[in-house]
Amino acid sequence: MNKINELFSQELKVINVGIESFYNSLIDQNVKVVNVNWKPPAGGNEKMLSILNKLNR
Amino acid sequence: MIIRNVIKRNSYYDSVNLMLLSSKLSPIPGVDKAAVMMGTDMNKSLMEESGLLMEEGRQATANDMIIAVSARDEEAIARVFEEVDNFIKNKDEKTGSLQEEAAHNLESALSMLPGANLAVISVPGQYAKYEAQKALRNGCHVFLFSDNVGLEEEIELKDFAIEKGLLMMGPDCGTAIINNRAIGFANVVPPGDIGLIAAAGTGLQEVTCLLSQNGFGISQALGTGGRDLKEPVNGRMMLQGFRALAADDNTKVIVLISKPPAQEIAEKVISEAEKVDKPVVICFLGQKIQTECSGVFIVDTLEEAAKKAMALEEKEGVQTGNALDTADIESIARTEIEKMSPEQKYLRGNFSGGTLCYEALLVCQEELGGIYSNSPLDPSLKLPDSSKSISHTCVDLGEDEFTRGRPHPMIEPALRKERILQEANDPETAVLLLDVVLGYGCHHDPAGVLSPSIIEAKEAAAAKGRYLSVVVSVCGTQLDPQNREDQIEKLEKAGAIVMASNAQAARLAALIAKKSREGRCCYEQN
Repeated sequence: MNKINELFSQELKVINVGIESFYNSLIDQNVKVVNVNWKPPAGGNEKMLSILNKLNR
Repeated sequence: MIIRNVIKRNSYYDSVNLMLLSSKLSPIPGVDKAAVMMGTDMNKSLMEESGLLMEEGRQATANDMIIAVSARDEEAIARVFEEVDNFIKNKDEKTGSLQEEAAHNLESALSMLPGANLAVISVPGQYAKYEAQKALRNGCHVFLFSDNVGLEEEIELKDFAIEKGLLMMGPDCGTAIINNRAIGFANVVPPGDIGLIAAAGTGLQEVTCLLSQNGFGISQALGTGGRDLKEPVNGRMMLQGFRALAADDNTKVIVLISKPPAQEIAEKVISEAEKVDKPVVICFLGQKIQTECSGVFIVDTLEEAAKKAMALEEKEGVQTGNALDTADIESIARTEIEKMSPEQKYLRGNFSGGTLCYEALLVCQEELGGIYSNSPLDPSLKLPDSSKSISHTCVDLGEDEFTRGRPHPMIEPALRKERILQEANDPETAVLLLDVVLGYGCHHDPAGVLSPSIIEAKEAAAAKGRYLSVVVSVCGTQLDPQNREDQIEKLEKAGAIVMASNAQAARLAALIAKKSREGRCCYEQN
């Protein structure tokens, strides 16, 4: 079974990165979810981000 | 006018929270303009354009919050900062426990939630690829709400997801229902046999809601992001999702929804659909396509997509709830026109859902011919100024020109009031056509916010001896947090005619506008 069809048969477990209301909506629906207290990586330095993006490949 | 910038260093709040806060600041007496934003380059340029940015603000980073205000006096400025401080205090108290349970980054979240299978990502666009790539690398499917993500980045992310056998929904994906849980802006619908994939968020909401209102359930509803069926993305995620629904035992009927795709991509999707042994309903709004295959059904509107899927799901003869035949709609239209004055002749649509606006344009043009819009069917009908309606107009208030630095009207319906009153004060407006979108992600009581505006609009017209007809559709379900019936009741109390679907509302509004013109001709002849 491929991973998408596996997802359809699994319990949904979510990581929320960003808008807090999306996290609250999932909690309301009894979804297991962990919220990431997100802040811009590299302290918001865009040059550093482009380096991180390259390292991330 | 005094302009002031205050920077809160290392103080990150998400854009939805900050835009809602900003929209509360401008109405403070004495305030000319006010905005609270994170100091990303894009936000700083928005503030620069509106004349709010000062040297302190220019120094802020994406990690710093900028409070910028232009006001008549110090008292107004003090009230703005007081409001912002209260917001921060409330937010910090409310999220105190959340922060304790929160992870610092995606990697630590993965260790806190073993077996995590979906990442919902809604960070500013320039960080979206970085976060999405991490999630995919760790085997998570991704729902990427962020916009302002480059096309090359989108293709790179989607190719990486395909290589890993994962879903990469988005960027700019607003809606999905996975395993009967609403993700982003989505409705609470019962489980069932109909699976959907859409490159059109409110299109997916409308069809899943119409199915639900008629007792039909959803197996899965996947989003792809609005550019998926355009070149050069070439339907990567629609095809990936389609194959999964084709292989899914719980999906008996598949529905595909998009605004017009590139022709060759539409053909590619149809050719995939022709190969599967499940019925496939294709709704590519505004696209003329054909198939010889008996298992593939091409429909023109979201309403028809829902009806066809219901008919295929072995409950033949089912009609969209409260469906009215043409004679009934004509009789409502006639009653409305009788109350109007002769100069009233135009339809004015005011939408929060982009695909709902698009469907309304398609339906209305059947009766009225070309309709002006900020997102028109034909480029020649583009409004020269989106803030002013011409002739028959349907405006999508969720488009970029209305939402840069402001909350989306589905989150803050109060932002629609100004335009509603503007239309009501135009002596040539006959009918106002509105959508109300419910579900998770949306405002907790949009009808409660819009109803006073509808009453005010009707009163403004009445004061000038006119009758303003208001036609509304409510995209939602009984199971939604807002409760569809409660919302309909509020709108009807305000004097709106609530129709069962967006297409029906558009059909009625178009008839009213058409007949009011015909009525006017008769009046002039007499």
